[in-house]
Amino acid sequence: MNLLLPGAYIAADSALHRLDPRVKLMAAFALMVLALVVHSLASLVFLTLFVIAIAILAAAPPMALLRTLGAIFWLGFLMFFFRLFTTPGQPLIVVGPLSVTREGLLVGATQIYRLCLLVILSTLLTFTTSPTQLAHGLEVLFKPLAQIGLPVREFALVLTIALRFAPALLDEIDKIGKAQRARGVQMDSRNPLRQAQSWSPLFVPIFVAAFRRADELATAMEARGFRGAQYRTRLHQLHLSRQDVLAALSILFISLVILIGERMT
Amino acid sequence: MLIRVENLSHTYIPGTPLARAALRDISLEIAPGERVGLAGRTGSGKSTLVQHIAGLLIPAAGRVLLDGIPAHARTARARAARLRIGLAFQHPEDQIFEQTVFREIAFGPRNLGLDKAEIAARVEWAINMVGLPSAMASRSPFTLSGGETRRVALASILAMRPQVLILDEPTAGLDPGGRRELIAHLRDWQCKTGSTLLMVSHSPDELACIVERVIVLDDGQLAADGRASDVLSNVALMSAAGLDVPQSVRLLCALRRSGWAVRTNLLLPEEALDEIIRARREAA
Repeated sequence: MNLLLPGAYIAADSALHRLDPRVKLMAAFALMVLALVVHSLASLVFLTLFVIAIAILAAAPPMALLRTLGAIFWLGFLMFFFRLFTTPGQPLIVVGPLSVTREGLLVGATQIYRLCLLVILSTLLTFTTSPTQLAHGLEVLFKPLAQIGLPVREFALVLTIALRFAPALLDEIDKIGKAQRARGVQMDSRNPLRQAQSWSPLFVPIFVAAFRRADELATAMEARGFRGAQYRTRLHQLHLSRQDVLAALSILFISLVILIGERMT
Repeated sequence: MLIRVENLSHTYIPGTPLARAALRDISLEIAPGERVGLAGRTGSGKSTLVQHIAGLLIPAAGRVLLDGIPAHARTARARAARLRIGLAFQHPEDQIFEQTVFREIAFGPRNLGLDKAEIAARVEWAINMVGLPSAMASRSPFTLSGGETRRVALASILAMRPQVLILDEPTAGLDPGGRRELIAHLRDWQCKTGSTLLMVSHSPDELACIVERVIVLDDGQLAADGRASDVLSNVALMSAAGLDVPQSVRLLCALRRSGWAVRTNLLLPEEALDEIIRARREAA
């Protein structure tokens, strides 16, 4: 495997890697909600410091972490751009009927900052939790939904398989793309017509490969006695350790501190 | 086409904990019309090197020159140079996408901007070159057998009339008969066109059949580069690089250890047989 999806799991042995996936999932969810609801600057700074502390605990390579922000560059840019012009308030620069306001600048910047925090938090989760663990954690957390007939275990399995094969598919796209470029396809042509023509040499083989792989995987699973997710047992059972309880309590504590701080200001 | 590789290095996924140096400071030159084998254990950097020569990767350091033009440049001249190189990846049948064998093989020539008559002539020529019947041209490539699709994929590259043909393990996954036949067609093609052939392979016996020069990579570094009879018969070097020597070399070495006066640098079974007969005659 020579390509890396941004945010893909990095095998290591940090405090965060050892944490129970259920705790990590709930903590990530709680912190994401916090990042969206807090208003005061103090809370945001406090939250940021906490996220930095988590990143250090996760032994996450800082550059790789920041690079994942590149994925939301255009989204962030558009959000900022619209906020800049649509927020009413004290005008700074006026361009025809549009005006950039001081409030727009502030709101836009805060919004981008929130978005960045969300991405960093989810990246920290996927950096330190293997796809299998992630799916297992989700499965356990969403178990109550199975009561109303949702196939939670099947969803978890589908998620595991999708995450497992994403890098393989990426490698495949890379390989076929190169092979067709060697046959004279111009993938990077500026002419839109030529670019559209370069799609079928790329996507037909990739779909063929994906279906073949799915077929082979299904056969392999059946050959090993897979009869549907409800019969499945786990090699690794999840157990809450003292560290897990400690981590959950500290997240709870910090969330409460931030929320109470918000109320008082 | 003259291929020059100068101090080439390559790193996969740079700047992350998973960064891995695939090539370190490789320098070599391949003259027009040479038949070169590229050997090395899995992960030694063979595929990376051939992708650099085809201009598909950007070097981390050093460069690859095709007749003096940087291989990966985005200029029209570099693109023209790249189109004179034919590259078949491992399992080239994975790249097939057209509805008929004819259209599949015509795809490359069409990208070269050739006219209809020329394309049809080249498809016919390429189909015969890989030993398939002309009648197969109207069939869907997805209905053919594994060996046949492999040959269609190779024909689709030969039809571009490359001056340099690069094959990454062309016989992987074929049965012994299919392998022999494919190698025979390739040798035939090389004789007729006089093009450069660069073939990646794990099999020393296969290389011995077709190449005159062998380059060995080990852990991204150049472990050997020389005449096939010197490199492939060097037991110490080959085993250090995680490779076997041809069967005839193994046999001759064993005979020599038990006291026979035989040369051990003969790569082909027929040559080994002649040598054994000669040695027996001299002994008698």
